[in-house]
Amino acid sequence: MNLGTEVGLKMGKATRDAFGEALRDIGRENPAVVVVDGDVSNSTRTEWFGKEFPDRFFDVGIAESNLVGVASGLAANGKIPVAASFAAFLLCNAYDQIRMGVAYPHLNVKLVGSHAGISIGEDGPSQMAIEDVALACALPGVVVLVPADEHAARAATRAMIAYDGPTYLRVGRPNVPVVYDENVQIEIGKAITVREGGDVTIIANGLMVAAALDAAARLAGQGIEARVLDMHTVKPLDEAAVAAAARETGGIVVAEEHLHHGGLGSVVAMAVARLHPCRMGFVDLDDTYAQSGTGEELLREYGLTADRIVEEATRIVRGG
Amino acid sequence: MGDQHASAQAQPATANLDELRDLARRLRREVLIMTTEAGSGHPSSSFSAVEILTQLYFGGILRYNPQQPHWPDRDRFILSKGHAAPILYAVLAEAGYFPKDELKTLRKLGSPLEGHPNMRRLPGVEASTGSLGQGLSIGLGHALAARLDGRDYQVYVMLGDGEIEEGQVWEAAMAAANQKVGNLIAIVDNNRYQQTSAVSKVTDPALYDDKWAAFGWKVLEIDGHDLEQVRDALIAARDEKSGPVVIIAHTIKGKGLKIFEEDYTWHGRALPKDKLAEALEELG
Repeated sequence: MNLGTEVGLKMGKATRDAFGEALRDIGRENPAVVVVDGDVSNSTRTEWFGKEFPDRFFDVGIAESNLVGVASGLAANGKIPVAASFAAFLLCNAYDQIRMGVAYPHLNVKLVGSHAGISIGEDGPSQMAIEDVALACALPGVVVLVPADEHAARAATRAMIAYDGPTYLRVGRPNVPVVYDENVQIEIGKAITVREGGDVTIIANGLMVAAALDAAARLAGQGIEARVLDMHTVKPLDEAAVAAAARETGGIVVAEEHLHHGGLGSVVAMAVARLHPCRMGFVDLDDTYAQSGTGEELLREYGLTADRIVEEATRIVRGG
Repeated sequence: MGDQHASAQAQPATANLDELRDLARRLRREVLIMTTEAGSGHPSSSFSAVEILTQLYFGGILRYNPQQPHWPDRDRFILSKGHAAPILYAVLAEAGYFPKDELKTLRKLGSPLEGHPNMRRLPGVEASTGSLGQGLSIGLGHALAARLDGRDYQVYVMLGDGEIEEGQVWEAAMAAANQKVGNLIAIVDNNRYQQTSAVSKVTDPALYDDKWAAFGWKVLEIDGHDLEQVRDALIAARDEKSGPVVIIAHTIKGKGLKIFEEDYTWHGRALPKDKLAEALEELG
């Protein structure tokens, strides 16, 4: 995948892989952690937990609604259930069950959606979650996490389990560039400043953080110093970091592998409007479904690229 | 936890059928009074479930302690047909979870007695329900938690016969049979009517036993208003340890009040205030 190459990032594992490894490790430490999966454990990587802890692993079959309900009942008894499936099926198929069984009673269920975004590639739009962040953000009291790389995904998995309350963790299928080292910490609700800069800010999450770093390098070549914030927590949003970015850099580009409506861009724009209005640009999927193709082709085809971030950033800096 | 050894006998219990019959009569009155006071609610859907809940909570079947609503070894009762909340509230108040006085706050701002059960606000409510089809899955989660924790509690889930049109019920039925949970008991309040029609216009209730059996459940079929049959079925279901059991309880929607029994369109409607006195007289 052609992301982060301009700043020399090395390709790492997929965030789903890192989640699966971290979950297995956490399982060794915390006997309350259990998994409910729906026949996709070899895709979500919960199978690594399941192989080591078969008694704490429940495959309820291809039935996401039931999956979430079972997780709800387990959480009501003090278990920490990880309810995992493809993000598209978990959020879209079982949304009412999440609403009634997780969000409304505010139970300690850890929703994990894999294969999020269009970068899953060839399987096509039926398998792509492009609306999952919007859906998750529309659930009162649910924390929404979108890690950028394998190290962030491991840290986010740990943060999610340590947090007492409902969460949604979004992970992806393809290998992605390594942005951090293994010491990175994910503090829920606290953005990470990946790059300092005072001329414009790029707020990104997921694999778009790597694209944002490429864009920042190119902008630096034009004499524009871009701040890059990894907004790994979409909810609760780090409003202080957003307000500071607006105030100190005067413009914000939001980049995400998600639909334009209701995702990180919407959430950041609401905060900007309220706290410190400034010029904004958005690099995301603009009110459309994608199609089959390689993940890399699709990111290019639908404009989820460093090029587009550079375009938006320069437009903003020039006052356009 | 301090309440690990709480007594299973803390709840009022009687095997005396006359006393239970009298209690059922009083619970119907409570349901009618609170829904009429609220001006909305589902009294007729509550009435069909009265004998089942009376026997479950006050016939010595369900193990619970109102002073310790989260006692880990308590049996769980989940009202999946959440619109029958009024009878659940009447039962919980009678059991001592909260003062009976609160029943008159049903559906009012600030009251934990919401239109449909909210587990976060009312002690004794095991699941937030009201969006149909979800309680059996949640019950399965409770049943699996018992296995993980080595506890022997039972999980009872009451479903409506209209409700089991929801596909999720059958997802849960399949998974529960596969997991061979011997502590999960579904009770179908087979009152034959859903909101806009007879259930038989939409699905074929005659096939219910075959369906549950085909999904791997042991099926018991009873008259849901006969307290003896209800007791015997609940005990038989509790004692069955090899897998999940469903009790199909044939009931009458609005049972006990002629105006309800004769007209299914009372679903979701409270009795008007000017009809209350006469109705209470009929209930006795």
